Amino acid sequence: MKALVVDDSRAMRSILSRILRKVGVEEINEAADGSQAVACLEAGASPDVALVDWNMPVMNGLELVNALRSRKEWRRIAIVMVTTESDQSQMVRALAAGAHEYLIKPFDEGSLIQKLAMLGFQAPSAATGPALAAQGGSH
Amino acid sequence: MTVAAEHFRYVQQLVMERSAIVLTEDKSYLVDARLAPLARAIGVADVNGVVDHARSRRDPALEQRIVEALTTNETSWFRDTRPFHALEHLVLPALIERKRASRVLRVWSAACSTGQELYSLAILLEEKFPQLRRGWQVELVGTDLNTEMVRRATEGLYSNLEVNRGMPANLLVRYFEKEGAHWRARETVRDRSRFVKLNLVGKWPPMPTFDVVLLRNVLIYFDTKVKTEVLCRVVKQMARGGYMLLGTAETPSGLCPDLVPMPTDGTVVYHLPVG
Ligand SMILES: C[S@@+](CC[C@H](N)C(=O)[O-])C[C@H]1O[C@@H](n2cnc3c(N)ncnc32)[C@H](O)[C@@H]1O
Ligand SMILES: [Mg+2]
Repeated sequence: MKALVVDDSRAMRSILSRILRKVGVEEINEAADGSQAVACLEAGASPDVALVDWNMPVMNGLELVNALRSRKEWRRIAIVMVTTESDQSQMVRALAAGAHEYLIKPFDEGSLIQKLAMLGFQAPSAATGPALAAQGGSH
Repeated sequence: MTVAAEHFRYVQQLVMERSAIVLTEDKSYLVDARLAPLARAIGVADVNGVVDHARSRRDPALEQRIVEALTTNETSWFRDTRPFHALEHLVLPALIERKRASRVLRVWSAACSTGQELYSLAILLEEKFPQLRRGWQVELVGTDLNTEMVRRATEGLYSNLEVNRGMPANLLVRYFEKEGAHWRARETVRDRSRFVKLNLVGKWPPMPTFDVVLLRNVLIYFDTKVKTEVLCRVVKQMARGGYMLLGTAETPSGLCPDLVPMPTDGTVVYHLPVG
């Protein structure tokens, strides 16, 4: 399993990467904003899941979600927004744009692991299938 | 401040008498941590002050607060996923078929904490069994020993941290409404649910029998004898043909012979046969 972590805070990127490694993600790319993420994908990265912050310089998270959904070969990437934005209307916008899941900062580690499990990403030892859970926002 | 040995024994005994929760000797750190806020709330210096206060005044309200402070209320939405999968694919379809004449469905979350368990089920019903809105009488009852939990469950208001724990985003935006920094469960989630205070080892109010009982992550706090008593008592409160779900690591095997385990996709559902 491969992941892309997109956040302008280096500290947050390393927290997220550490949790991803815990659930068995083997390859992690980090990007500090949306445009770096796009560059990373264009250079050939093929993540299964992207953790995307909202507020970032240059290209924000919502713009990145739109970019990810605009290219056919990127559409299979599962997107989890991980952001301090906690307005309902913002959440609705992100889901409508094609994010599958949404985690509000600050969050605890278990919550992220649970969200990843809902999308079918989990450590091989703790396999549980999603129930009602992951019916993505991306139709 | 750490609790004095004698005071620890007092708390241990009080909690055992009132809730059957076992506090083993190694749990004095828990008493320290949980009673510290109570000390501040009643304006005494520390944990030992709380116990002195309770003992000298024989203050039942304070005793209750001590007991409640020692309950563990951790919970989450669609906890463990698989039990809800079993409810959706096995339990509810079977019950809806079997009860199509009476059209009554009753569910009991028997240690409901802040309500996530029962409201998760309410959302599942709303999402997957909309036919129950037409001509069915659906009663969802949540009970807990802890007064504050019953109040919070009734209120149905959750923090960002709480909704993060297991609530799928697409369901969050549809079944909740943001109120300031919190999320309020909408009327469609709450209108068939009610919450009542009930001590599993105390006197129970009159209740109907239930088709589904969620008795999850509470028996673990009791000793074997109490486990058996509570389990058998809860089984008596089940309708024939009803189902029980326990916590992931819990098993009633040997404790109650009436229940028939039905292993399903990664979890076990317990069935109380009709005959
Ligand atoms: C860990 S929570 C479980 C919540 C939920 N059932 C779940 O699985 O997520 C345990 C709950 O049991 C309650 N409890 C403990 N002893 C009890 C008793 N004697 N009678 C009723 N409730 C009790 C506590 O107040 C607490 O809210
Ligand atoms: Mg940011």
